[in-house]
Amino acid sequence: MTYLRILWIYFRLGFLNELEYRINFFVQILQSALSLLVALGGLAVVFNQTDTLGGWQPDELLALVGIYLLMGGIINMVINPSMQRFMEDVRKGTLDFVLTKPEDAQLLVSVRQIQLWKAVDIGLGLALILIALARIGQRVSPTQALLFALALLCGGAIVYSFWLLLATLSFWFVKVENILVIFRSMYQAGRWPVTIYPQWLQVTLTFIVPVAFAVTVPAEGLIGRLTWADLLQAVAAGILLLVLSRLFWRVGLRAYSGASA
Amino acid sequence: MRRIFEVYGALFKVSTAVQLQYRASMVIWLISTVLQPVVYLVVWSNVAESRGGSAGGFTTTDFAAYFIVLMIVDHLTFDWHMWEYDYRIREGLLSPLLLRPLHPIHADIADNIAYKLLSLLVMVPAAVALTFLFRPALDPPLWALLAALPAVLLAAAVRFLTSWAVAMAAFWTTRIDAINNIYFVTELFFSGRLAPLALLPAPLPFIATLLPFRWALAFPVELVMGRLTPRETIMGLLAQLIWVGLSLVLLRLVWRAGVRRYAAFGA
Repeated sequence: MTYLRILWIYFRLGFLNELEYRINFFVQILQSALSLLVALGGLAVVFNQTDTLGGWQPDELLALVGIYLLMGGIINMVINPSMQRFMEDVRKGTLDFVLTKPEDAQLLVSVRQIQLWKAVDIGLGLALILIALARIGQRVSPTQALLFALALLCGGAIVYSFWLLLATLSFWFVKVENILVIFRSMYQAGRWPVTIYPQWLQVTLTFIVPVAFAVTVPAEGLIGRLTWADLLQAVAAGILLLVLSRLFWRVGLRAYSGASA
Repeated sequence: MRRIFEVYGALFKVSTAVQLQYRASMVIWLISTVLQPVVYLVVWSNVAESRGGSAGGFTTTDFAAYFIVLMIVDHLTFDWHMWEYDYRIREGLLSPLLLRPLHPIHADIADNIAYKLLSLLVMVPAAVALTFLFRPALDPPLWALLAALPAVLLAAAVRFLTSWAVAMAAFWTTRIDAINNIYFVTELFFSGRLAPLALLPAPLPFIATLLPFRWALAFPVELVMGRLTPRETIMGLLAQLIWVGLSLVLLRLVWRAGVRRYAAFGA
């Protein structure tokens, strides 16, 4: 309950902060429109030449793009800005201000900075998913919806833990932002289903950088291609990474010596 | 003339020394340089397979060749200063550069070349690895390979000058990221990065010939692929020269107006 309250407080703070910069909202709309253009334009060019890509129909890929935007929106709204700020705090020694607060530091660090306008991407993603579902025309069964929701939740947890693991490295290394650049460029590969990539790249995008769990697996859930066994794998990976990143965070925190020490 | 060589020699040494400090960043940036062409390579190979081996006159191995060559040309021609200018102007870092008895663009050119030469050490192995993984088919005529040399140099010039001109927008606005994104999205579609331009639907390939992006990237790639006639090659080189001229003029105008504005900021 406290967790939700803290989350809510930071959301409100982020909201109030961003209201000062309303122009940003329009800039964000422009940016989102551009990323939509890239995604849809890419699909249009590809499906101008073929009817199916690696067994995926155009409308199914539309759903995938929706999930790609949705997940990207969540990352860019909460996870990335918070972790960036956290790494900066470690470098400057100002993390002290977080550690002295009487709440769990990992939680505070994870939701502290919210870029509200990125929610435009989330809305856009949801809209695309709905449009894609309407065009596919098949009714989504409750099981399918459940599979999708679970897969999406696991994807989010995996991405978050992965980000936290990398950010925690900043307790030992001064500049790890560059590693996050790798994730960002690799995330772009998620605009297409990872199943079309050759084996070595699929493995990389699944286990080294978890793009597959973040986008492809939920999309498979939505269009009814995901088996319970696949889902089980995602759930296991999600729980494992959450625990692992928590443990790593605690080890890292011990290495932190503050600004003046 | 001798003086400018001396100046470049010195700038070059500085840039190399600075960049050797960031070896890890170099490898990381290269991952993104390699990944994008690989993604489109795979997507288009899949398209070719779904259509029985070839799409739009490209077979799977043609696509492999196209995107591997594209990756190399992209690396040789790219420029990143548009991401830095906003910072330079906001933090006043431009002031010491303006005090030098040399246009700041020269330091950036030296920087650009130094980076590319150094990172070739990582780029070449990457290209070799991709060649083994995707088995491209490449058999260009000798004249095309020779013509590709000036084409790549001119492409680098077009790209550097246009992107430097776009970077100047930072004198007027702090929303430089939005402007950069518009530039890059346009570039994605019209430079041949997303797909060989011949595969785009009807009016787009024609529009691409009117914009600078094809001449800054796709043209040398098409040349190395052996897909251009000698006549098309000469026209292309001319188009590149025209774009170099146009962007030089634009750059001069924007730079002058921009610096005047910058001075007003600092006063």
